Amino acid sequence: MSFEPKILGILCNWCAYAGGDLAGVSRIQYPPNMKVVRVMCTGRVDPEFVIEGFLVGCDGIWVGG
Amino acid sequence: MESGRYSNIKIIANAKIESLKGQAGNYNVTVLKRPRYVDEDLCTACGTCVSYCPVEMPDSYNEKLVNSKCLYIPYPQAVPASYVIDPKYCLFQTKNECRQCEQACKDLKAIKLNQQAEHIDIQVGSIILAIGFDEFDARRKKAYGYGEYPNVITSIELERMLSASGPFTGKITRLSDRKHPKKIAFLQCVGSRDIETNAYCSSVCCTYAVKEAMVAKEHDPDVDITIFYMDIRTQGKGFESFYERAKTKFGIKFVRSRLASLERIHESENLLFKFVTEDGKHHSEEFDMAVLSVGLEPSRTAKELADTLGVKLNKEGFCQTNEFSPTSTNREGIFVAGAFQSPKDIPESVIQASGSVALASGFLSEVRGTLVEQKECVAETDLTGEDPRIGVFVCHCGVNIAGVADVKKIREYVETLPDVVYAEQSMYACSKDNQDKIKQIIKEHNLNRVVVAACTPRTHEPLFQETIREAGLNRCLFEMANIRDHCSWVHANEPQAATEKAIDLLRMGVAKARLLSPLKEETVPVIPKGLVIGGGLSGMIAALSLADQGLECVLLEKSKLLGGNLRGIYYTLSGNDPQKLLRDTIDKVTSHPKIKVFTEADIKEVTGYIGNFLTRFSIGQEEQTISHGVIIVATGAFEYEPKEYLYGENESVITQHSLEEKLALKNFNSDDLKDVVMIQCVGSRTKEKPYCSKICCSQAIKNALKIKSIKPNSNVYILYKDIRTYGFREEYYRKARNEGIIFIRYDDNTLPLVKEENGELRVEVFDPILGENILISPSLLVLSAGVDPGDNRSISKLLKVPLNFEGFFLEAHVKLRPVDFPTDGVFVAGLAHSPKPIDETIAQAQAAAARAAIPLTRGYVMVEPVASIVDSEKCFGCGICEYLCPYGSIKVISDEDGDKAQSISASCKGCGICASKCPRQAITMGRFTNEQIIAQIDAFSLATSDV
Repeated sequence: MSFEPKILGILCNWCAYAGGDLAGVSRIQYPPNMKVVRVMCTGRVDPEFVIEGFLVGCDGIWVGG
Repeated sequence: MESGRYSNIKIIANAKIESLKGQAGNYNVTVLKRPRYVDEDLCTACGTCVSYCPVEMPDSYNEKLVNSKCLYIPYPQAVPASYVIDPKYCLFQTKNECRQCEQACKDLKAIKLNQQAEHIDIQVGSIILAIGFDEFDARRKKAYGYGEYPNVITSIELERMLSASGPFTGKITRLSDRKHPKKIAFLQCVGSRDIETNAYCSSVCCTYAVKEAMVAKEHDPDVDITIFYMDIRTQGKGFESFYERAKTKFGIKFVRSRLASLERIHESENLLFKFVTEDGKHHSEEFDMAVLSVGLEPSRTAKELADTLGVKLNKEGFCQTNEFSPTSTNREGIFVAGAFQSPKDIPESVIQASGSVALASGFLSEVRGTLVEQKECVAETDLTGEDPRIGVFVCHCGVNIAGVADVKKIREYVETLPDVVYAEQSMYACSKDNQDKIKQIIKEHNLNRVVVAACTPRTHEPLFQETIREAGLNRCLFEMANIRDHCSWVHANEPQAATEKAIDLLRMGVAKARLLSPLKEETVPVIPKGLVIGGGLSGMIAALSLADQGLECVLLEKSKLLGGNLRGIYYTLSGNDPQKLLRDTIDKVTSHPKIKVFTEADIKEVTGYIGNFLTRFSIGQEEQTISHGVIIVATGAFEYEPKEYLYGENESVITQHSLEEKLALKNFNSDDLKDVVMIQCVGSRTKEKPYCSKICCSQAIKNALKIKSIKPNSNVYILYKDIRTYGFREEYYRKARNEGIIFIRYDDNTLPLVKEENGELRVEVFDPILGENILISPSLLVLSAGVDPGDNRSISKLLKVPLNFEGFFLEAHVKLRPVDFPTDGVFVAGLAHSPKPIDETIAQAQAAAARAAIPLTRGYVMVEPVASIVDSEKCFGCGICEYLCPYGSIKVISDEDGDKAQSISASCKGCGICASKCPRQAITMGRFTNEQIIAQIDAFSLATSDV
């Protein structure tokens, strides 16, 4: 079986998360590997969140804002 | 979207005004609501009907470049978010057959093919007209071949092509062969500045062409773009640097020229441009695609509407207004905003929109609040000591989710999660009947947390929060999993993977929901008084607009006299009397019982936050402190003091302001006006001051025309870079040319040379039309000195509001919030914001007052529960949070326990910068605590293999 990375997205409500919504409305297709945690601003992202993500087995983390 | 959700705005779409009776304060409007053949209350916009509709028609939103079904939503953000049927195409409406959509919607029964037009009577006190504009029909300029040559398109069509959600998913496409063009020409002023069609300037086309060209370059850096133009008019705030970037960073070519012809090359479907540059030379160049920058025309419905309402239009067909009352029509109680008043861009339109609201609500201030709908509030259930009992609703969204993901499987999985005591599938989670069902289930199953797996919280969270609140649960005990926009829609071809992802998203949502806790919804009272800083035109108008709405305000002016720059303006292009405006406004301000004016006031300190500011200022030796709810910054700007062209060395070198004063006060002798040279862009569009001062071109033409009227045989030369008489001001530029005022263009490489020889002034400048230098010995050299922001740093520091690179105040959002600061309760208007003429200043001052009046009239500020919360046990007062907060919403306060940070939740935006940077982790965010986010992350990692 090929490698399927587990990607965590921590996305800003106002831009990257909204971009995700727009991708949906526009029916733009992309791989299903990323799961999203919504925050009100990427300024909220404590380095601890990123470390926790890797600790629990994420292969990649995208902080989008 | 926001207005669609607002409980005190009722939107009647697909409608027109049939008649108007009554008078200001008591208008009776009859509205014709055309049938949309879909019940907008029942329709959930799931889109199932569309897949059944067999009829295609040109998609107007996408400029008819592609087709849509005749059952459609015009665009994704449309309000109401409900489908509409075009009766011109619908088979039932035209041939009485089909009815497939009815079948598709048999559960909701939202399709109403027999719907009839309705006549609705509405009683209103005042009316705001905001009908916008229509684009110029490029077919009227036959020579450009639009509609005939496939690769000639309009700028509006290009705009759609550039959009990722547009007809070609963001790819610029030649309509002849669907290929990507490599060489594009823009042609400016199509249907603008053209006596055959529209003589006025459309104001926005230069900037939008520059924008489109830059976006096209971003899509494909190799595309070669040339813009053919007469003058580049990027006069708005920030637009000049945008234009510079287009030239220098993006390599977009700008060619000042007249187009001789545009020919179609049949084999390649390319286009041959033949044009004449200003040196008289003829050129020809081939392009793959031509974009016509079409102008703005009055809306095609303007005439009918104006006749119905008895509102006057100007000779161009836009709504007639006066320069000194830019948002008032000729009828009392009827106001205007946006491009119906004159062609304008987004910031100006938004400003006028708020400005017209100030007038309309001032007009209605006596009856304010009488028709406001207040919701009844159910008491919140006390959850102290209760374990989480989570209810989950998984939405099918018709086929939008269920057509891809296995909703039953998702629901079954959710039931196995800890603390989930109830799970259900809903056809449409957001439908009205389902809201009642959710409330009922909350009660039956004693739920204390609700998770909805459906679409995006950005649009639907408030609806569900309202529902659970009505069932007695705190709004914060709610969480959404976005299994449509972020899942079924984007993994439409991978049903298995989509199901697994939906399960992951729900598990993460439930993990967060378990840790949710109720948060208090607080309100903070607002002191119903405004502070206006600056007593120039904008400050006085802002104070008057507040006072006319029945609100008290204090106006602080640092100099001895009110009036600011208006004191030095003696006449205007359109013939109004600014000195009368000055006297009248000062009279009104000083005699208004609600306004308190302090001159020679010096602000020492401003503390507090929206609703509760405290300002200390001095007048001479005396100090005063006032408390107030909002602040409007209207500190103005200055005329730039030139350092160039012998200003200050030779007394015949003066600025436009001093010229205007001389002319108005007749303080000159006849010889002074014999040969007048004006130099534009002194202290504007230079290396040191790169912005455009917007007003100097009109000012120069105004003064030049005045000179011509005083002394018709005088020679007036205007040396310029681009003449920016945007909008209806173009008329005066044409007049100036007709009256023999000589315009000579220069650029940065051919700056005019000014010398003094034997006490005489000599101006040498290269004339690009003659191709040689010309020498003038002017009796007067007038420098069109730009607008200088002055030193705004102290006010900026006192109020903690930002300045832009050029020293003007920086608004919260250039387009959408042009008079707000990021800090709540602080607003900006007038020259302090950017250079602008009188009409725009007045509109902006009214706009700032309208925005400021919102918290003042409401009387309280709602505190969003998504705010910072400080644990004062952990906090040791380092102040990092205060330093980093972009909104001034957290402060370190010293008391007997030492220094402790305190959240000012009234203005907190919930961004969480403070929480993530706190070295003691003493700050957490409502609904986004560390524990909740970590729980989501941990839940993600759990295996989904058992699904």
